[in-house]
Amino acid sequence: MLGSTNGAQRASRRSHLRPATGLLLSAAILVLCAWQLITLKFALLPLPYFPGPELVLQSVVNDWRLLLDCTWHSLFLLLGGYFGGVVAGLISGICIGWSPRIRYWGMPILKTIGPIPAVAWIPLALVIFDSTWVKAGSIIALAVWFPVTMLTASGISNVRVAYLDVARTLGAGRLYLIFRVAIPAAMPSIFIGLFMGLGTSFLTLIVAEGMGVKSGLGWYIDWARTYSEYARVFAALLIMSAFFSTIMTLLFVIRDYVLVWQKGVIKW
Amino acid sequence: MVSTHYRNVQHDDASSLTVQNLNKVYVRADGVETEAISDLSLSIDAGELVSLVGPSGCGKSTLLRLLAGLESPTRGSLLMGPDIIQGPHADRGLVFQDPNLFPWLTVRRNMQAGLVARGLLRQGKAEVDEFMKLVGLESFADSYPHQLSGGMAQRVGLARALVNHPRVLLLDEPLGALDAFTRMRMQDEVLRLWQNRGTTMLLVTHDIDEAIYMSDRIVLMSPRPGRVDRIINIDLPRPRQRHSSEFFQLRTRILDLLHLGSATEATL
Repeated sequence: MLGSTNGAQRASRRSHLRPATGLLLSAAILVLCAWQLITLKFALLPLPYFPGPELVLQSVVNDWRLLLDCTWHSLFLLLGGYFGGVVAGLISGICIGWSPRIRYWGMPILKTIGPIPAVAWIPLALVIFDSTWVKAGSIIALAVWFPVTMLTASGISNVRVAYLDVARTLGAGRLYLIFRVAIPAAMPSIFIGLFMGLGTSFLTLIVAEGMGVKSGLGWYIDWARTYSEYARVFAALLIMSAFFSTIMTLLFVIRDYVLVWQKGVIKW
Repeated sequence: MVSTHYRNVQHDDASSLTVQNLNKVYVRADGVETEAISDLSLSIDAGELVSLVGPSGCGKSTLLRLLAGLESPTRGSLLMGPDIIQGPHADRGLVFQDPNLFPWLTVRRNMQAGLVARGLLRQGKAEVDEFMKLVGLESFADSYPHQLSGGMAQRVGLARALVNHPRVLLLDEPLGALDAFTRMRMQDEVLRLWQNRGTTMLLVTHDIDEAIYMSDRIVLMSPRPGRVDRIINIDLPRPRQRHSSEFFQLRTRILDLLHLGSATEATL
């Protein structure tokens, strides 16, 4: 029976993976092999800084409880800071984008304070807040707030006047204009801000975890490095990559859902 | 129906339109002033259908925007019934040349926009579906605007305004993008709604045949700055025959007035 079908059909029957996925998978296996060869077989890289894949995997298995706990703490801190920053950023962005008066006063403040890297505020955060979680969370929120505000404001203020005109002739009041016209129209721009904010929030999370938290992936890396446990450092990097890319993917899924109306207009 | 160009302001019905000594001057950023409309007076009875015809740049669209309340006059006054027009209102619907459908809403939700804005969705939902049939887009109810052709989008734009039951409907070449057959069908539909509802309509068109077929009066405008050149009463009985000899006589007369008598093209 197999003999009567052509090669392509046979291939698809054997595996549900698309050819592109199969290629990627084989590339990943090759990289692992190369890693194994470089570190263990030929010892090209200095130990203990570059352990082989076995050791790293071993660390993940041995430390899974601690790593899970750290991931959980990082997630909690990241989400808290990120949502805090997003909510604040959306509010300030919408106000600045919509009202010329708020824009007049808000833009200079935004332009002078915004570009300061959030982590530079750490000394202040240490003095102002009591709880470590709030200290670290507020730094993350600040890092997220700036790009979200900037892109929300620009999205709102660049809404085509024609859309607002149409809505006004249909009898729309101010609330409709803001929430049903300006914000949906600004959504593509807002999502760029959300993605930028997410990127900086990852960076800030790892730095902010150095502010005395007792658990978290950034903290774990710091701790493992102190003991020169580089297999653990790599283990944490592995978990981090899975963790961050999952969150990034989630945001993509949300965007695809919210911006479904753009499908076919813009290449994603 | 109406024999004089200027009638005394009659405040008998709240859906008449009166334009008195209207001037509209635009000031560009570099300070140069452009007079779009100069000393224009015009009154439109309640329930009348009037067409505005004239070369591009004669201020037809500007006049509609002023009547819609989207812009304010430099001098002169605009009245709806006895009231000065101050800002847009759902009573005066405006159908734009570019329908400017909200790209983030489906066809159905676009048509519901006016009802949502005025909190009347519950009452008007059934009528939206009727209009969807009327403009022949039931199968596109859940499509997004970018999936529509220009003609379909225009029909949705027209239906969106009609669903709102405005007492005055300002139409800026609402059928311009339609093919000849759909266009004639939509003209009949608009006429039917006009007769059933008694809506006051002001139609900007480049199509002389459309103007003769539809209107009680045709207002010929002169260009830069826009003012009323001449008003022609169309006394043909309704429903009108597109190919009657009276129709052709009127057409020839109007083309003569526009100094296009020798041209065979009926559009400007």
